[in-house]
Amino acid sequence: MSRPEHLAPPEIFYNEEEAKKYTQNSRIIDIQVQMSERAIELLVLPEDTPCFLLDIGCGSGLSGSVLEDQGHYWTGLDISSAMLDVARDREVEGDLILSDMGQGCPFRAGTFDGAISISALQWLCNADKTSHKPVQRLYKFFSSLYACLSRSARAVFQFYPENADQMELVTTQAMKAGFYGGMVVDYPNSAKAKKIFLVLMTGGNVPLPTALGADESSQGVPYTAKREQARKARGKSLKGSRSWILEKKERRRKQGKESRANTKYTGRKRSGRF
Amino acid sequence: MKLITHNMLTSKCMKGVTVGYPLKIQAVDVKTSEVEFNPEFISRLIPKVDWNVLCGAAESIGHLDDLPKELVENYESDVEFLKKAHRVLLEIDIVNGELICPETGRKFPINNGIPNMLLNEDEV
Repeated sequence: MSRPEHLAPPEIFYNEEEAKKYTQNSRIIDIQVQMSERAIELLVLPEDTPCFLLDIGCGSGLSGSVLEDQGHYWTGLDISSAMLDVARDREVEGDLILSDMGQGCPFRAGTFDGAISISALQWLCNADKTSHKPVQRLYKFFSSLYACLSRSARAVFQFYPENADQMELVTTQAMKAGFYGGMVVDYPNSAKAKKIFLVLMTGGNVPLPTALGADESSQGVPYTAKREQARKARGKSLKGSRSWILEKKERRRKQGKESRANTKYTGRKRSGRF
Repeated sequence: MKLITHNMLTSKCMKGVTVGYPLKIQAVDVKTSEVEFNPEFISRLIPKVDWNVLCGAAESIGHLDDLPKELVENYESDVEFLKKAHRVLLEIDIVNGELICPETGRKFPINNGIPNMLLNEDEV
């Protein structure tokens, strides 16, 4: 899988051409919308209440449109002005701000009822300038985000961690900033449908939501007596057993060779007395 | 940029800034657009809004109109008041201008309705 964060910094990678894909490519749009819906589900917002949400790395506002559809109001942050211009052209309802998430969230304390972020967090794990220190930037981001969320609010990040170390790096910094929570991995056994969500909670340690498609308790193939029987029926009988001896005697008879008659003693072990 | 965002936005991410609020507005181009009125959302939002800052901001761009300077009691049931608040919070859009940090005087340009809050390396 190609990793755009290895190619160029986000403000350069998401130029006009790349931004255009996010309004024209129906596959990208579908995936973004699906992930946004799942992220909102993981936010566990109060039902039928319009909330004020933060969209981090809102890009062209695809995830914002999903928020609007569900009756919420949002404000979006993004580092790419080309993507924000596209969002502006799409006339999304949310307000847009050009800002670098690694420099912190520039909001007053307790502003938002929740935050979502779709495919943005992995960009923060890269150092695109000599002054960038991923650990510090992650910490600054999470601590300022913690401050601008209201109590018992959640933040859900869908992202593509490169490896286990990156997952650990991100989670450690989030916990250091005061969040509770962890990873929710949907469809962990599928290469394509697998989606990783970082669910962060502010108000105490609540059990994490369950992931989709991860309900099989055992990883291996279940044992079935039926299959064992089928294998027995297919192959030869166990060498040395009575049935094997009977089969062999029968075969020799068919070949016209001498073979003693089958009796109740055939294939029996000798008693110890002999 | 809408005034609801201005009401929440600070420049505290800058080095040496402790509060960074409220940001001063120098508006060049302001437009109003119609947004669907949702009384429930506005009444949920009002406790979070710094009312004095909102009035000050609306006044500075000349769109205060008939917004009461003091928060009325029982605003949840006062539909007229909620409508006025809705208009100021969500319908006024600053298209071009500048935001100015109250502590350092750093200017954040607003272009095409999008405030640029990016900081230089030496400001972080």
